[in-house]
Amino acid sequence: MADVTYLEALRQGLWEEMERDDRVFILGEDVGIYGGAFKVTEGFVKRFGEARVIDTPISEAAIVGAAAGAAHMGMRPVAEMQFIDFISCAYDMLTNYVATARYRAGLPTPLVVRGPCGGYVRGGPFHSQNVEAAFFHTPGLKIVYPATARDAKGLIKASIRDDDPVIYLEHKWLYRRIKEQLPEGEEVVTPIGEARLAREGGDLSIISYGATLWKSLEAAEQLARDDGLAVEVLDLRTLLPLDDAAIMRTVKHTNKVLIVHEDTRTGGLAGEIAARINEQAFEWLDGPIMRVTAHDVPLPYAPTLEDFVLPQTEDIVKAARWLAAY
Amino acid sequence: MASRSAPTTQSPPIPAGLSRDQLLQVYRYLRLTRTLEERLTALYRQTKVVGGLFRSLGQEGESVGSAFALERGQHRDFLSPLTRNLGAMLVMGVEPVQILRQYMAKAGSPTQGREMNIHFGDLERGYLGQISHLGDMIPVMAGITLTFKMRGEPRVGLVYIGDGGMSTGAFHEGINFAAVQRLPLVVIGEYNHWAYSTPPARQFAVTRLADRVKGYGIPAITVDGNDVLAVYEATKDAVERARGGKGVHFIEVTTYRRKGHAEHDDQHYVPKEELERWARENDPIDRYVKRLVDSGWADDADLKDIDERVGVEIDESTDACEGEPLPAPDSSLTAVYARPGAAPRLWFRDL
Ligand SMILES: Cc1ncc(C[n+]2csc(CCOP(=O)(O)OP(=O)(O)O)c2C)c(N)n1
Ligand SMILES: [Mg+2]
Repeated sequence: MADVTYLEALRQGLWEEMERDDRVFILGEDVGIYGGAFKVTEGFVKRFGEARVIDTPISEAAIVGAAAGAAHMGMRPVAEMQFIDFISCAYDMLTNYVATARYRAGLPTPLVVRGPCGGYVRGGPFHSQNVEAAFFHTPGLKIVYPATARDAKGLIKASIRDDDPVIYLEHKWLYRRIKEQLPEGEEVVTPIGEARLAREGGDLSIISYGATLWKSLEAAEQLARDDGLAVEVLDLRTLLPLDDAAIMRTVKHTNKVLIVHEDTRTGGLAGEIAARINEQAFEWLDGPIMRVTAHDVPLPYAPTLEDFVLPQTEDIVKAARWLAAY
Repeated sequence: MASRSAPTTQSPPIPAGLSRDQLLQVYRYLRLTRTLEERLTALYRQTKVVGGLFRSLGQEGESVGSAFALERGQHRDFLSPLTRNLGAMLVMGVEPVQILRQYMAKAGSPTQGREMNIHFGDLERGYLGQISHLGDMIPVMAGITLTFKMRGEPRVGLVYIGDGGMSTGAFHEGINFAAVQRLPLVVIGEYNHWAYSTPPARQFAVTRLADRVKGYGIPAITVDGNDVLAVYEATKDAVERARGGKGVHFIEVTTYRRKGHAEHDDQHYVPKEELERWARENDPIDRYVKRLVDSGWADDADLKDIDERVGVEIDESTDACEGEPLPAPDSSLTAVYARPGAAPRLWFRDL
C-alpha cells in the first residue's frame, strides 16, 4: 500500500487503461512532452508514443470533434481540456454533436473529456470554473466528479470503459491536497451512477461532491465535536445520472438535507436535487431543503473576494446548525 | 541630468518619419516594460503577486513598436493586447502602478481585484483587455472597428494573437468577418516559437502565420519582430491603409518567448542553445540601442538617463501600492448587472 495523491491516482488510472486497451489514446494541448499543464500525463508520451499521446493545436472544438469521430470508429479517446474553463469552446460539439449521437443516429461515442476544475486557488474568472451545470441539462452526456483519490482512479477507468460520452471533472484544489492508500495490484473501478456514503450520522444529511465534499466533512467533524451533532455526508461522485436511490436513502434516514456545491446557486445542481427530494421523499422531511453554494457572480481573483464568493467550511457549519435546530 | 547629444550631420536619416524625441520615447517604453516585468518577477518570488506571472522578455520590441504606430489619446485608435503585450499597454498610457496593483489584486486596481494581470481596459483611452479564452478578442475588435466604420470615424483597431491562439475558431471567424466587412483592423500575429510547450509545427502545417490568413483576402506580411523600427514602420503603414478604407491587414512578427509560459514553467522543452542564441544575438532592446547609438541618434548618456528615471518610476510605483489593501470581501457582489446592481448575499452569511 502506498500513499497516492488524487492527481497520481488519476494518472495511474489513465496509465493502466492505456496499458490494458490499445484503443485508448490521449489528445489535448501540451499533454505530450510537457505532460499537461498539471502533469497528469507526465511520462505518457515516452511510454506510449506520440501516436497515442497527441499534442494538439489550441482548438477545443477540433479536439472534441476528432475524439467523437475516433470514438465512432471504435477508438477510446480521452481528451484533455487544459483548464475546464475552455470546454466552453467545445460546447457545440459536446451538446449538439456528441450528446445526441446515439439517440439520433445510433452512433456509439465512447469518449472522455476531462480537465481541471474549480476555485480556492486564486485562478480568477477563467481558471476556476465549475462547468457541471452547463452540461447537466444535456441528455446523452454523463458527468462524473471524483472527490477522493480512489474515485479519481476508479472513475477515470470506468469513464474510459463506458460506452457513452463522459465528462470527467477533476478538482485542481484536490490534486495534491488529498492522499489515500491505494492497494497495489487491485483493480480500482468506481461504477458510474453510484454515490458513496462518506460519513454516517442520524441528525442531518449533507449532499455534496468535489472540493466541497471535503469542506462538508470538515464541517461534520466540527459539528460532532462542538455540537454533538451526527452529520451524514453523501458524496455524489456521479452527477449525471444522479443516484436517486442513495439520495432518498439518506433523506429518509436523517429527515434533514443540506446540499452543498462550489458552483453558483442559480441553475446549479442543488436545485435539481432539491426538486427530486421534493417529488420522491417529501413526507420524510422535517425541515426545508437548504443550499450552501457560491454566490451568483463570476469568480473574482483577489483572495478576499474569492473567499467571500465561494462556500467555506464555516458557512456549512452555520447552515447545518441552523437546519439541525429547525 | 546628462546632456543630450544632437544628431550630427553624418547620422543617417531617422526612418518612418519619427523624430529623435520619439525614438527616445520608444526606448523609454522598452526599458519601462522590461524593468516593470523584472520588478513583477521579484514581487512574484516574494509571493506578493496573486496567481501567475507572464513575461514578455525578448518580445518587448514588437509590443512597443506596433502600439507606437497608433494615434493615441482620448477617442483615437484602439488596441486589444494579450497578456504578453504589457509594452503595448504602457504605450497606450497605462501607468506602471496600475499594472502592479492588478498583479497584486489590490482594491485600487483597475478591476478592483476582479481580474488578473493586464486583463483590463479603458474605452475612452482606447484599450481593451483580453479574457483568457484565446481568440475571443478578434471578433470583439471586429465589432469595435465595425462601429468606427458605421459612424464614419477615422479610427483604427489593433489586436494581437499568438502563434497558438491562431488555432482557435474564434480567431478565424473573427478575421473573416472583419475581412468581409473591410473593417479598419490591424492584426498582429506573434510568431514567438511557442504556445506553452507546443512548437509551431504542432500548431499549423504552413511555415508562416502570414500564409494562414492570405486566404481571407487580406494583405499579410512577415516582419522581424525584434527590429523595433521595422515593426513600427510596418504597423504604421498598415494602420494608415486601414484608416484609408483598405480593410483588414495582418502583420506576422517573428520573435522568441525567452521565458517559460509563466514563471512556474522551467522551459525544459526549449533547446538551450536556441534560447541563448536569441538572448545573445537577437534581443530587441540590445538591437535597438545599438541602432540608436551606431546611427548617432542617441548616446549612452541619453539612454542611461532614461534607465535611471525608469528605475525611479518603478521604485516609486511599487512603494505607492505595495501596502495597499485588498478589496473588501462583499464588494464582490456589486455590479453584476446595470440593474439590479448587486447579486444577493446568500442566507447562510447572515446566520
Ligand atoms: C481557448 C483556450 N484554450 C486554451 C487556453 C490555455 N492557454 C493559455 S495560453 C496558451 C498558449 C498560448 O500560446 P500563444 O497563443 O502562442 O501565446 P504565447 O503564450 O506564445 O504568448 C494556452 C494553451 C486558453 N487560454 N484559451
Ligand atoms: Mg506563442
